[in-house]
Amino acid sequence: MSLETPLHKVEGLGSAHSGVGHFKHQRVTAIALIPLTVWFAVSALGLVGVKEVSVLIFLSNPLNAVLLGTFILISLYHMALGIQEVIVDYVPHEGAKLFLMFCNYGFAFLVAAVCAVALLRISI
Amino acid sequence: MAEHPQKVPSRPLSPHLGIYRWPVTMATSITHRMTGVALAGGTLLIAWWLIAVSYGPETFSLFSSTMSTPLGQVVLFGFAWSLAYHLVNGIRHLAWDFGYGFAVPTANKTGIMAFAASLLLAGGFFALAYLGKGGYYQ
Repeated sequence: MSLETPLHKVEGLGSAHSGVGHFKHQRVTAIALIPLTVWFAVSALGLVGVKEVSVLIFLSNPLNAVLLGTFILISLYHMALGIQEVIVDYVPHEGAKLFLMFCNYGFAFLVAAVCAVALLRISI
Repeated sequence: MAEHPQKVPSRPLSPHLGIYRWPVTMATSITHRMTGVALAGGTLLIAWWLIAVSYGPETFSLFSSTMSTPLGQVVLFGFAWSLAYHLVNGIRHLAWDFGYGFAVPTANKTGIMAFAASLLLAGGFFALAYLGKGGYYQ
């Protein structure tokens, strides 16, 4: 179900040229991140002060690797949506806004790629 | 250059941030945004941790020894508290999205609860770690 009006869809307006979709995605990722953050905190506490090999063993469990990957990817998407909100709030200049938006999503994709490669190197 | 710079008429200005007494809801809202931006930096910490693990024991010990320094501990506490606050206050925001807790006394009360709970969570995490209750995934 789309909450966007047909006119809004055609115009693609809003300060970031998108609207309700952003709002919904931010909320859905927020809800998903509640249990994932609790899992992350419990795992992080369990890995306080351990040797590298213990982290390797922890992440060689596919469940842990998948949960950590999911936590990182959803966090990064939630982050990009949130930083986008900050940018459109404070940067009125269209060019600067476009540039910062590019940096924002570029940063999110870059960190996601780096984490994915590291996780794959560890768990495969 | 204009020889006669336009004189700004002394109209009354609308009051801005500096003049208000900070209500709880204003403080929680600004803190939510600040912790969100801080957590964006925190993703680099997780990325560094994963890279360090993937590269081997030497790289990993560089990571853990850096994080064990006083500055590293302060950064880690900032990360833990930001995550705790953004989580707890995020739940408060979700409740608002579903239409609950809008009354000013309720919003003030839950705001103070969010600050307290986030400090308890982050402080509790560090207390457990320092008491040696962490590291159970040996």
